[in-house]
Amino acid sequence: MESCPSVKNIILLDSEGQRVAVKYYSDDWPTNSAKEAFEKSIFTKTQKTNARTEAEIAMFENHIVVYKFVQDLHFFVTGAEDENELILATVLQGFFDSVDLLLRGTVDKKEALENLDLILLCLDEIVDGGIILETDANVIVGKVASHSIDSGAPLSEQTISQALATAREHLTRSLLK
Amino acid sequence: MAQPLVKKDDDRDDEADYSPFLGIEKGAVLQEARVFNDPQLDPRRCSQVITKLLYLLNQGETFTKVEATEVFFSVTKLFQSRDIGLRRMVYVMIKELSPSADEVIIVTSSLMKDMTSKTDMYRANAIRVLCRITDGTLLTQIERYLKQAIVDKNPVVASAALVSGIHLLQTNPEIVKRWSNEVQEAVQSRAALVQFHALALLHQIRQNDRLAVNKLVTSLTRGSVRSPLAQCLLIRYTSQVIRESANNTQTGDRPFYDFLEGCLRHKAEMVIFEAARAITELNGVTSRELTPAITVLQLFLSSSKPVLRFAAVRTLNKVAMTHPMAVTNCNIDMESLISDQNRSIATLAITTLLKTGNESSVDRLMKQITNFMSDIADEFKIVVVEAIRSLCLKFPLKHRSLMNFLSNILREEGGFEYKKAIVDSIVILIRDIPEAKESGLLHLCEFIEDCEFTYLSTQILHFLGIEGPKTSDPSKYIRYIYNRVHLENATVRAGAVSTLAKFGAMVDALKPRIFVLLRRCLFDNDDEVRDRATLYLNTLGGDGAVVETGEDVKEFLFGSLDIPLVNLENSLKNYELSEESFDIDSVPKEVKTQPLAEKKAPGKKPTGLSAPPTGPPSTVDAYERLLSSIPEFANFGKLFKSSAPVELTEAETEYAVNVVKHIFDGHVVFQFNCTNTIPEQLLENVTVIVDASEAEEFAEVATKPLRSLPYDSPGQTFVAFEKPEGVSAVGKFSNMLRFIVKEVDPSTGEAEEDGVEDEYQLEDLEVVAADYMLKVGVSNFRNAWESMGADCERVDEYGLGPRDSLAEAVNAVINLLGMQPCEGTEVVPSNSRSHTCLLSGVYIGNVKVLVRLQFGIDGPKDVAMKLAVRSEDEAVSDAIHEIVASG
Repeated sequence: MESCPSVKNIILLDSEGQRVAVKYYSDDWPTNSAKEAFEKSIFTKTQKTNARTEAEIAMFENHIVVYKFVQDLHFFVTGAEDENELILATVLQGFFDSVDLLLRGTVDKKEALENLDLILLCLDEIVDGGIILETDANVIVGKVASHSIDSGAPLSEQTISQALATAREHLTRSLLK
Repeated sequence: MAQPLVKKDDDRDDEADYSPFLGIEKGAVLQEARVFNDPQLDPRRCSQVITKLLYLLNQGETFTKVEATEVFFSVTKLFQSRDIGLRRMVYVMIKELSPSADEVIIVTSSLMKDMTSKTDMYRANAIRVLCRITDGTLLTQIERYLKQAIVDKNPVVASAALVSGIHLLQTNPEIVKRWSNEVQEAVQSRAALVQFHALALLHQIRQNDRLAVNKLVTSLTRGSVRSPLAQCLLIRYTSQVIRESANNTQTGDRPFYDFLEGCLRHKAEMVIFEAARAITELNGVTSRELTPAITVLQLFLSSSKPVLRFAAVRTLNKVAMTHPMAVTNCNIDMESLISDQNRSIATLAITTLLKTGNESSVDRLMKQITNFMSDIADEFKIVVVEAIRSLCLKFPLKHRSLMNFLSNILREEGGFEYKKAIVDSIVILIRDIPEAKESGLLHLCEFIEDCEFTYLSTQILHFLGIEGPKTSDPSKYIRYIYNRVHLENATVRAGAVSTLAKFGAMVDALKPRIFVLLRRCLFDNDDEVRDRATLYLNTLGGDGAVVETGEDVKEFLFGSLDIPLVNLENSLKNYELSEESFDIDSVPKEVKTQPLAEKKAPGKKPTGLSAPPTGPPSTVDAYERLLSSIPEFANFGKLFKSSAPVELTEAETEYAVNVVKHIFDGHVVFQFNCTNTIPEQLLENVTVIVDASEAEEFAEVATKPLRSLPYDSPGQTFVAFEKPEGVSAVGKFSNMLRFIVKEVDPSTGEAEEDGVEDEYQLEDLEVVAADYMLKVGVSNFRNAWESMGADCERVDEYGLGPRDSLAEAVNAVINLLGMQPCEGTEVVPSNSRSHTCLLSGVYIGNVKVLVRLQFGIDGPKDVAMKLAVRSEDEAVSDAIHEIVASG
């Protein structure tokens, strides 16, 4: 195998196996139903395992899947059967840590959905078309978060209600912590 | 299907129940997307709407063509906003929508502006988006920027350009290949990820140039690679180089082995593992080379991380297949993994232990496994069953306990695949271990008494029909078989009838009783069952007199079809209704080699019950279709044989040419496959001038030139010769490639008007006797040999002179004759002083030929051979001797 290490998909599910965010990079699952079937099978088969402290690993239908759970979120990264397991685990860890940083420690489904834009950008920064772009959580977060500070935007584009909304958001966050 | 996301009650405040996407609906979101068209953009709100759209897409919702176009157009309006966050969402959105070519034009200019922006983030993302959605034509316009980006100071920009290059190489290789200088520079980058991406791209650009890859590896292994990912890549490329240069080493020192071993001491675990795995996969790895790799894998086995344990045990499992002794050191660590929380790890540990275990530890292991079997999934159980099967074959004395284990698990719950694996294993054990036969057959009989799978029932019945009559007491199986006729569906009933008939045909003592049973089947309500019963009763003489069953009747009823079913199916499809009846002898018997497509399912063990591997539509068919489509060759008759391609040029030359020899009864057609490897040239009117002055019996009758041969798209030209019909004429041909060459401007891809005539010398080509021989195997050589008779037998002895080894001599003769070795006799056990090899084939004119070769070494290295040929035609037998005598 002389090929570049590659990732076939990254999947983030909730505690009932519903999608929070998914990204597929391979044609192995051509339709949405094929994707959902795969998600269902990995969800049910990993449900009973304890992947909360260390990432776990399993094989499904000639794929290697590494996974890790926190609160009501289930993180999965899939690669080819002959892929280096530790590379996949590194990608998983990168994704997991980035989400943790982006959600400022409160990693659960509600928070993830409320910041879905960050999660999607984060996926976009980790893997491009199956090729690993970056695995260091700090770098990934740096790239994703550079935008949440609206520094570039002229003040005229920020209305008063918007400014209030931002303030409210910051307040709720600090209260919830 | 945007499902409302219902969340369970949380112990936090009321807001916890709230999902931002609760009750989201596509139509409403599309309405909301109109805010993108507002003259006064609200970036925050727009971001939210894009997030909602992305959420919908992520949930599997699809947009119609119209909806997607509409969204796309309004999204392009957002380029007006200077909000960075919004721009990021726009980029992601465009990639998700994957717009069509005419839509792409709309955003091209905006993206190109971003690509040259001062903001790094814009540049990086615009490159990725543009390269994702663009086609070849646009690429030449932006190529200049991409080359700059590859060597950009900012690593994110450089990586974006390099990764895009890797994707583009699939669709526009000629453009990306022009970037190699910049990519080469990026390999030296100080940024870890840039180095990784650059290395991946550089290797892909050069992967067909073995020398360049070798150079790349040589320079990088001296140590300038920083990123662990790049180091993993380098290990992969290094093992590729080792694999390809393996033949050149005599000293025993493997090139680059030291580099791999050095990587075992790297600080990143992924590199250590990659190197360890690469070492275990080396061709013909020695135990000395293996030791350091096994040592680090053993350390991984006791890691606290499941991923590490899994990776290590999976690799050791593979090593155990070829070098079980090397793994035994890890057995203690393995045994503690049997109780691992992770079932995949536990299964792999068990199967590894089964492979490395010795006879005395079998019973203890079986005990541990029995407890373990009940709480793992079917797929793991199958793996264990297969491991137990090979263990049993290794230690036949233990068959009793292992067979018992298999029959016990056969009775437990399980799906089809699992049951099939067990049945297959029992069948193989019955075949290979004679002492296990009777008990195994009874286990199978008991299983079909209560088997819900029709496929397994019929397969077992078939197997019983073959093996049952040969046992000491065949009558005890009859009850099980006849029960099927009462209790099962039509398919199984029909199978049972056939099995009964087999018992009747083979065991004369049972005949009268079988006839009684078969007669009862005449009233079955299924056609097939009745038909079979009638057929057997009539042919076996069930209508009264008890007669000895004739050989030909047995052959007719139970003989196996010696033709691959796929070939038969193809021939039947091609057969058109006419005066001439279908001739089963005309069906090609060649079993095709496994096609590439099946590579996806490696490690499939040959199974006991399934039919012999049936090949897919063959290359021969493809050739036949190709040739019959050319009018000049259409009247040559049936294609007898096509050779494997023979290279006529060295690798890495300007033009690559190989030839396929197609043999017809009275003609030979050479098919020259040509490839032009120079991007700056277009070849036209390509022919091969074949000089047949050293091949007297051949006369050229037709050539078919190749009109145009552009860069990197192979084409064929043909030359046909006439030769005496049915004769194995041999000869040597010298070849010259002649063509008109035109210059091509690499930037536009257009060729110049005028061309120059040119020639290119190719290597010589020979038609040899083996070209007239088809490889056709026979399943039972001795039977075939006996039935051929000694009428046309020719025997003679030859001295082959000094040879390196017996195996080398055997191979040389097999290759000379071009025949199919039978019953695995092409393999010579090491150190043996004599060997018998059996060959079969079909000679031109459809003459079956069988050859028995007896080799012996006398003196230090002198090999002598006795050659016995039997065929249907004396002249052919003589011809074979002539081949050997002149070879």
